[in-house]
Amino acid sequence: MNKINSIRKDWSLIETLIAQDRKILDIGCGDGGLMEQLENNRNAITHGIELNRDLAANAIARGFNVVHGNAELDLSQYSNNSFDYVILSQTLQAMMKPKDILSELLRIGSKAIVSFPNFGHWKIRLQLLISGKMPVTESLPYTWYDTPNIHFFTIKDFLNLCNEMNIVIEKSIGLTSKGKQFDISESVTGVNFFTHEAIFLLSYKNFEPIKIKSSKKVFAKNSVIAN
Amino acid sequence: MNTKFTTDTKLESEIAYFENINLKLESGDIIDSFKLAFKAYGKLNTDKTNAILVCHALTGDQYVAGNNPITGREGWWSRMVGPNKPIDTNKFFVICSNVLGGCAGSTGPKELQNGIDVAYGGNFPSVTIKDMVKAQSLLIESLNIEKLFSVIGGSMGAMQALQWAIDFPDKILNIIHIAGALKHSAQNIAFHEVGRQAIMSDPIWKNGKYFENNEVPERGLSVARMIAHITYLSENAMHRKFGRKLQSRDIISFGFDADFQVESYLRYQGKSFVERFDANSYLYLTRAMDYFDHDETFRKNIEFSHNPNNHLKYLIVSFTSDWLFPTIESKIIVNQLNSLSREVSFLEIDTDKGHDSFLLEEPQLDDVIKGFLTNNFAKIDE
Repeated sequence: MNKINSIRKDWSLIETLIAQDRKILDIGCGDGGLMEQLENNRNAITHGIELNRDLAANAIARGFNVVHGNAELDLSQYSNNSFDYVILSQTLQAMMKPKDILSELLRIGSKAIVSFPNFGHWKIRLQLLISGKMPVTESLPYTWYDTPNIHFFTIKDFLNLCNEMNIVIEKSIGLTSKGKQFDISESVTGVNFFTHEAIFLLSYKNFEPIKIKSSKKVFAKNSVIAN
Repeated sequence: MNTKFTTDTKLESEIAYFENINLKLESGDIIDSFKLAFKAYGKLNTDKTNAILVCHALTGDQYVAGNNPITGREGWWSRMVGPNKPIDTNKFFVICSNVLGGCAGSTGPKELQNGIDVAYGGNFPSVTIKDMVKAQSLLIESLNIEKLFSVIGGSMGAMQALQWAIDFPDKILNIIHIAGALKHSAQNIAFHEVGRQAIMSDPIWKNGKYFENNEVPERGLSVARMIAHITYLSENAMHRKFGRKLQSRDIISFGFDADFQVESYLRYQGKSFVERFDANSYLYLTRAMDYFDHDETFRKNIEFSHNPNNHLKYLIVSFTSDWLFPTIESKIIVNQLNSLSREVSFLEIDTDKGHDSFLLEEPQLDDVIKGFLTNNFAKIDE
C-alpha cells in the first residue's frame, strides 16, 4: 500500500510518535483523515469520536469506527487501558475541564498524544502587550466572544500541570510558526516564546508495586474468604 | 435439513417449508413444521460473501423493494434497497423474510394449523424476537449461506439485528441497527397495550376467531393503527404536515366528523391498514416486541458469548425526534459496546420526522448505510 501523506503538519508528527499495529482512539477525529493515515501507514486499528454530526457521518460513510458524541461526556464509557494511544489533537483548549480530560486520556490509553497551540508564543504576547486586546492569530483565529477555545494555556502551564498530575512527558515536539521542528525538552531557553504549536507524548509514571515480604504464603484463611 | 422451496404466484413470493423440524420456541412451545415467505433481490456471488438480510419492522413484510402485490404499492424500503440504491442489489444479494407470526405468507395466526384445516388464530403460540431470528437463521442455512455480510433493520427490525449479533455472531459480519433499543420501554408497552385492547374490545374479534365467519375486527385494528401511527411521528412533523388545517371544508362542523386534516389522515391510515394486516398477527407481534429485553444481559452476552463475536462491526443510528426509541436507548448500546472495545459506529441524525424517519427521505441515513456497507465490503473483498 502506498504511504498516505499527511494533510496537516501535526499529523505527520503524530504518526512518528506511534508504533506499528497499535489500537488508537482519535478524539475529535473529524471525517477520519488521521485515522486513515494511521491505518494505512501504521497498520493501526482506529476508533474515533466526533462531536460534529456531518463530520461523524462522513467518517462512518468512509468506513471508520466513529461514534458521534461529546468526548467530555462520553469518554467514561471506555474501559481502562483499552487503547494503546489516545490522541487529542488541537482540542484541549476547547474542553470544559482540560485536567479531567487529561486524566481520562491516560486512563483509557496506555499513552496519550496531545497537541495544542501555545498561548505563550511571542506573537500572541506582543499583540496583547501592544494592542491591549485579546490576540487573534493564525492558529487562534477567533474573536474572544466567538471562540471554541475557552482555556488558553502556554507550554509552561502544560508542563506544570503534567508535573502536578504525575504525568511523564515521553516526547515533546515544538513547531515554530514557520514550521521549523525541534525537541522541546532539549531546548531550554525561549521554548515557550518560539513554539507556535506543541505535540506531547504522555504516559503515567510507573510505580513499582509495593511488595510485602512475608514468610507465610497464605494471608487469609479460606474460610474467611468463603464467608 | 429438508427444506422445500416453492413460489407462491399470488403472493409473488418465495416460500420455504420447514417440515418436521420441531422448532422450539422461547415460551417452551414447539412448532413442528412452519413456512417462511421471503423475497430475494440481486445475485449471490460465487464466494457467497455478499448476502444481506433485511429485517422488517412491526407491520412490514418481505416486500422490501420492488412491487408489493398485497398493497399494490412499492416495497416498504424501495427507496433504500434496489439497483444503485444505498443497499445496492447490483452488488449485494438482499434477502427479506416475513417474520414468524406475521401475516404475509409466513406461519402465523392467519395460517392453517399443521394437519388441521383451521387457522391458528388465538391458538398460535407466543413468539419472540429470538424465535423470529432462529427461524430466519434456518432459512439462511437452507439457502446454503454460511455467513451473512450484514443484518439490517429499523425498529422491530433493529431488535432482530441485535438478536442476530447475540445468538449467531459467527454467522454474520456486521449489523446496522436503526431506531432500536436494548428493551421495549414501559411507555412503548403501554402504547401497544392500548392498541391490543382496541382490537380485543372489538366485538368482532371473538377471542381471535373472527376468521370463522370471514369477518375482520376492522374498528379495533384501525384504532390500534391510529394510536401507533401517532407514536411513529413527532409533534413538529405533525404540525408541519397538518397544523390545524381543516379537511375539505372552510368552517368547523361543530360535530365529530373528521374536521381536521390530521384526523382524516389518521382515519385513512387506520382504514388502509385493515386491508393489509391481520389483527391477531398484530397482537402477537406487538407482544414479541414487548418481551424484548436485553437491558441487563446484553453486555454479558457479548462479553461471554459462546460464539466468537470479536469480529462484529456495529452501526447504530438514531433520530433526534424519535421519542419511541430515543437516542439515549441507542447510546446505551454504544456505551456497552465501547466498554468492551468493540468496533462500533454511532450517528444521531437530525430530523423532525420521528421514529418513522428510517423509512423516509433522510439523505444522511442513505450516505452512512451506503458508505458503511461499501467500505466494509471492500475490506473483506481485498
